[in-house]
Amino acid sequence: MSALRTVRLIVNGKPYAREVEDRMTLADFLRHELGLTGTHVGCEHGVCGACTVLYEGRTARSCLMLAAQADGRSLTTVEGLAQGEELSELQKAFWDKHGLQCGFCTPGVLMTLTELLRESPDADERQVRDALSGHLCRCTGYQNIVAAALEAAARMRGKA
Amino acid sequence: MKPPRFTYHCPGSLGEALDLLATLPNARPLAGGQSLMPMLNFRLASPDHLVDLNALEELAFIREDGDAVVIGALTRQRDIENSALVARRLPLMAEAIRLVGHRQTRNRGTLGGSLAHFDPSAELPAVATALDAEVRIASKRGERTLGMAQFGRGLLSTALESDEIVTEVRLPAWPQGHGHGFQEFARRHGDFAVVSAAALVVRSKGAVTRASLTLGGIAPAPLRMAQAEAILQARGTLAQAAEACGSIEALGDATYPAWYRRKLAVSLARRALEQAMGRAAS
Repeated sequence: MSALRTVRLIVNGKPYAREVEDRMTLADFLRHELGLTGTHVGCEHGVCGACTVLYEGRTARSCLMLAAQADGRSLTTVEGLAQGEELSELQKAFWDKHGLQCGFCTPGVLMTLTELLRESPDADERQVRDALSGHLCRCTGYQNIVAAALEAAARMRGKA
Repeated sequence: MKPPRFTYHCPGSLGEALDLLATLPNARPLAGGQSLMPMLNFRLASPDHLVDLNALEELAFIREDGDAVVIGALTRQRDIENSALVARRLPLMAEAIRLVGHRQTRNRGTLGGSLAHFDPSAELPAVATALDAEVRIASKRGERTLGMAQFGRGLLSTALESDEIVTEVRLPAWPQGHGHGFQEFARRHGDFAVVSAAALVVRSKGAVTRASLTLGGIAPAPLRMAQAEAILQARGTLAQAAEACGSIEALGDATYPAWYRRKLAVSLARRALEQAMGRAAS
């Protein structure tokens, strides 16, 4: 058993400190140490996208990072998107457009689309599909995910 | 799966990182982690020590240096993708980097990491080969600079010693008005290419005065197609130049046999050259 290391970080605005093994991935840290099970673990080699989080504001695969690397850093998981009971515009659009079925890929998809719409509020279908290429969804055929993303973009532009 | 046991180190300076790599047994440097972390999760790699380079901010930069662009090894692929300087001076790089993985992996993945990993199908070693890049390498023993032909040794294998890391990559820019083309075949967008082709041309008065053609995915390391380049500069046709890619000793496996990769190479070379010729000022 290797020595434990203290990892201090901020997740969804809240500070946490835990003692973990060096080899623990960030995804497992979020789920098993912090109980933030919204971040899903699918393939564990960076292909499926279910574990995508915002690390220092940018999307990253949390299965391809170590918890130790996140020491002193700040991240956002799917649990951080809603304000209390109030869903984000993107989440509401997923609800309205039936942008998910089983929901396994959804947390990662929401993080990527949150980044995309922040960087490119005018994102068109091509850009949405390009961003989604980093996620595997086996239910929807992606059509309703794309529709939800474009709907959210339109609503957010309307409010701005 | 989960990674095997190792001890994690996070040096705050290049000197400290090189000290660790020089002294720790069976240590591996960790850059963006988009290749090494899957290898750890699959247990294809089992280092005793991981030396994380991510705190070495001095290795993350993009700057113009005379007729070249110098990019720090730790520069994220997404920062290269978004760089106006790269778009202006290295349009081939700007085009190809959009095909590297996905935005989520480009946010972490680095230029130096991709070169050091040296996957035969990866886009960045092919681009570096096409541009005659020079790779700057450091260890506690000193620094050295290698061209891509000396840097690449074969499948997932480079000239890097276990105590060395890539620190920066110098990419010579082609003159204004040159044409560039990058074509690849992958089964899904973002997958590694089965075969890729990178082309650069300079045209003057109807003739090709300078050409660079590189194939990725066909051999253990990116291949410069000197014969095809010579054909173009001797006023040969694009088809003749592309056909010169049809007799390569290609990698083959159960999914993509060598004959199939050679066919892809000819088609992709022709398309990349057509794209480059169409974009070049004549």
